[in-house]
Amino acid sequence: MEKNLEEIFQDKIDREIRIEPKDWMPEKYRQTLIRQISQHAHSEIVGMLPEGNWITRAPNLRRKSILLAKVQDEAGHGLYLYSAAETLGISRDEMYEQLHSGKAKYSSIFNYPTLSWADMGAIGWLVDGAAIMNQVPLCRSSFGPYARAMVRVCKEESFHQRQGFEILLTLSKGSEAQRRMAQDAIDRWWWPSVMMFGPKDDESPNSLLSMKWKIKRFSNDELRQKFVDICAEQVKILGLTLPDPDLKWNEERGHYDFGAINWDEFWQVVQGNGPCNKERLGARKKAWEDGAWVREAANAYAEKRKNRQSVNAA
Amino acid sequence: MSTTKSEWPLWEIFIRSRQGLDHKHVGSLHAADAQMAIENARDVYTRRMEGVSIWVVESRHIHASNPAEAGALYDPANDKAYRHPTFYDLPDELKHM
Ligand SMILES: [Fe+2]
Ligand SMILES: [Fe+2]
Ligand SMILES: [Fe+2]
Repeated sequence: MEKNLEEIFQDKIDREIRIEPKDWMPEKYRQTLIRQISQHAHSEIVGMLPEGNWITRAPNLRRKSILLAKVQDEAGHGLYLYSAAETLGISRDEMYEQLHSGKAKYSSIFNYPTLSWADMGAIGWLVDGAAIMNQVPLCRSSFGPYARAMVRVCKEESFHQRQGFEILLTLSKGSEAQRRMAQDAIDRWWWPSVMMFGPKDDESPNSLLSMKWKIKRFSNDELRQKFVDICAEQVKILGLTLPDPDLKWNEERGHYDFGAINWDEFWQVVQGNGPCNKERLGARKKAWEDGAWVREAANAYAEKRKNRQSVNAA
Repeated sequence: MSTTKSEWPLWEIFIRSRQGLDHKHVGSLHAADAQMAIENARDVYTRRMEGVSIWVVESRHIHASNPAEAGALYDPANDKAYRHPTFYDLPDELKHM
């Protein structure tokens, strides 16, 4: 053989041929994907908590049904992604174990509290908006099962963002207190959303390899700029503002300039010192432990059903 | 992992999106048995009426061809272009064929 496995692999990537679970792949590619996909799955699952907090207090039945459907979608996204990661040879229980022990990370954004109903609007618009910006290019990711899962996810995300914007739009047309509530939510969620794109390109060492392997297609800063450009326009429709005095259209660049990001805060939250890190992880662990009897009962019931069927067949 | 032993088995899920179409693989999920796999598949994969029929197959029952042997496996079809209608050189006047 003239070409070694690694060259054949890279050649497939360069020709846009998807990699499937049983194909040969570099160990580092496998590990990178397991880490990225499982972190993404954890983010969807932990991401249910901040919004779950408002389901019982939604202002009306319409909003409540919508929020329930959105949170249920996020559970689905987590499940699609866990099953994509499992094709790489890690078990579901191992992934849960990594989440619960704090070894695996999830998106830092979910370590911020949801203080008012307007936060449901800001999360849908900004947090789901940033997620969509990140996720659309992942639909063309080089690993087949990941790309296919992302296609499903992206199809479902679009209503998440629209319902959020609608909440803010409604509040922005409401009383003075409602407008203030909407502005306050945007003020709190804007910067953490901008941080969702991850560290600056020159401080994101794994990015280059991920781009070469086409796991990622755009750099963190490219996506972040795109997000800022879009939101800076959309916020005008709300008649509200983004909390950044340096936000200004730059004719020359054809982009919005924006202020400095507080990276110290970003790393603090990543390292576990955000406002809700302990609460979020605690809630996930409790759900896992409290659910133990359900997992056991389902096994016992399956066993019973199997026995009954074999008796009937005899 | 202490809990891995009790992990529910993995099931591959196939969904027929409309009457008249094939079942298509959509992903996988864990469930204690086939019936529960179907119920879970309904919640995970058909929240927007994506399906009219669900098949579930326990993953360990799927046998797959080996991608490393793809060359040899598909080789017999490689040199049989005459199996395709475009192989045949026929005059343009010939209609309805
Ligand atoms: Fe999601
Ligand atoms: Fe997501
Ligand atoms: Fe979402």
